[in-house]
Amino acid sequence: MEAFTTHTGRAVPLRRSNVDTDQIIPAHWLKKVTRDGFEDGLFEAWRKDPEFVLNRPERAGATVLVAGPDFGTGSSREHAVWALQNYGFKTVVSSRFADIFRGNSLKNGLLTVVLPQETVDALWQLTENDPTAEVTVDLVARQVRAEGITADFELDENARWRLLEGLDDIGLTLRHEADIAAFEAGRPSYKPSTARI
Amino acid sequence: MGRTLAEKVWDDHVVTRAEGEPDLLYIDLHLLHEVTSPQAFDGLRKAGRPVRRLDLTIATEDHNTPTLDIDKPIADPVSRTQLETLRRNCAEFGVRLHPLGDVEQGVVHVVGPQLGLTQPGTTVVCGDSHTSTHGAFGALAFGIGTSQVEHVLATQTLPLSPFRTMAITVEGELPEGVTAKDLILAIIARIGTGGGQGYVIEYRGSAIEKLSMEARMTVCNMSIEAGARAGMIAPDDTTFAYLQDRPHAPRGEDWDAAVAYWRTLRTDDDAVFDHEVVIDASELSPFVTWGTNPGQGAPLSSAVPDPASYTDASERLAAEKALEYMGLTAGQPLRDIAVDTVFVGSCTNGRIEDLRAAASVIEGRAVAGGVRMLVVPGSVRVALQAVEEGLDKVFTAAGAEWRHAGCSMCLGMNPDQLAPGERSASTSNRNFEGRQGKGGRTHLVSPQVAAATAVLGHLASPADLPGLAGATDVRTTVEV
Repeated sequence: MEAFTTHTGRAVPLRRSNVDTDQIIPAHWLKKVTRDGFEDGLFEAWRKDPEFVLNRPERAGATVLVAGPDFGTGSSREHAVWALQNYGFKTVVSSRFADIFRGNSLKNGLLTVVLPQETVDALWQLTENDPTAEVTVDLVARQVRAEGITADFELDENARWRLLEGLDDIGLTLRHEADIAAFEAGRPSYKPSTARI
Repeated sequence: MGRTLAEKVWDDHVVTRAEGEPDLLYIDLHLLHEVTSPQAFDGLRKAGRPVRRLDLTIATEDHNTPTLDIDKPIADPVSRTQLETLRRNCAEFGVRLHPLGDVEQGVVHVVGPQLGLTQPGTTVVCGDSHTSTHGAFGALAFGIGTSQVEHVLATQTLPLSPFRTMAITVEGELPEGVTAKDLILAIIARIGTGGGQGYVIEYRGSAIEKLSMEARMTVCNMSIEAGARAGMIAPDDTTFAYLQDRPHAPRGEDWDAAVAYWRTLRTDDDAVFDHEVVIDASELSPFVTWGTNPGQGAPLSSAVPDPASYTDASERLAAEKALEYMGLTAGQPLRDIAVDTVFVGSCTNGRIEDLRAAASVIEGRAVAGGVRMLVVPGSVRVALQAVEEGLDKVFTAAGAEWRHAGCSMCLGMNPDQLAPGERSASTSNRNFEGRQGKGGRTHLVSPQVAAATAVLGHLASPADLPGLAGATDVRTTVEV
């Protein structure tokens, strides 16, 4: 996983709540068997509208998505995270993320930042009025900064450490090999097995 | 202090626990399908890692599979590649696979329970958010992303941060004609699509205890639509009776030991939930969605809400956008909404009881002119059972299409899709924009409402049908 320390970039204000993962990447894109090449599928239906915020020329190259509450609801498809990353987003800000999407994002180095809705409103206002306004998401200081806005955010220490270091979760878990083997030795015999009967 | 059901199951699976770190949880059952696994197998291959526990892993094909002409090559080359990739990966790593054409093939969340693999007190994961279905057995079951699929394949564990607990207590009797689907749609409308965020929900109370296993699966299935990490129901004699003698259920002494353990899987009387919701089952009525998220629902007897009536700005905006997308106007009675397509199926309502319920409504009647009705069994086993009972004939005699098992129009990854602007009444779980096909409009309903809607051509309940002996009119019941 790519490490995340701090990032500064222009923003895309997405004034919508309940952006489900079917909107982020429609199901027909899920037939691909790779982790890349999803950028054209990002918000595919909405991008057919030339006025959609992502299509505005002043938003080209923006890397910070500022979204409404309940972002990433619905399907567990990690393709939603890959699509955002493939498109160029480094971080997403919202007042509330769906759990599975949040977990997926942090495992891929896409930093999802939870801020109060008032701060999200302020970021929307700032970046709608001034598309060139830059937003800094600083994981070291756990802080979001933009003109006139300074907001601390929370992220548990373990998730932060893994992001800062860009660590591979599987490698970390396999350090506990002896514990896993010991747990397996104690599992009751009535537990289900998929071995063919 | 006592513990909740979810906490007991969690505690029994902790491999390591350390301050400041997520618990490392052991996974008892890992279900795979073609969509969310290819990149995970690629990861294993690159790292030179094997699948740690082939005996706790099983795969089937469901999302892409066609429901017509399954003996012919799959027409869509991209879908075909994805299914072939799963077959290659399963062969290379040694994973048991039930492919298209196999008698155990079907929607992954229908297959696990019917094989008896989903058992009380287990941890179940799958790269699919509707894994919450398996919580109906008192399992801690949740959907995961592809990185986690790879993690479980490699280690049979997952590092997981703690959850909060929510009790949704449903007391009383569900009125006649009101189903588990109506109940869960009403719950989601009440707590919202983010209301369960961070929680494992335990459904309890006398109305839940009276539900069959299949109805319990319908309830737990849609926990994710309320944003919950999982939904659970304490196992009881209904659960044990469902499991006994299934192919992978424990036998002999193992069965006795298992049941003894399973009986301990109840929330202690002195356990405290972080949040509690109480619902009176007797106040419920057939429930449908009008919007573009599963929380935007209302009793069938009511009307499309006026966005102006919402005090919360983002909810108001969401309602406005939903009405625009759905082509509806505020104040329009829900019963007046005409549909083009009716879909009966999915991991929410694609089991035998669902097909029986829909068949009982449509038997002797006909699908309305201009309406297409698809009936897609959740698995090959469900299809075989339905054929044995003659349900397929009931559907085809009424003018419905009887299809092969799979996810089908729930998400339209195969050719079963809505055309732009088409409207469906669907027994599936998501009414998201474009979910059933680009520009398609979805109303989530129960199997009974789906069948009645097919007959009348507009959203309706069986009570609206003329001449249905013994039906009671539930139109006047109160909203939750």
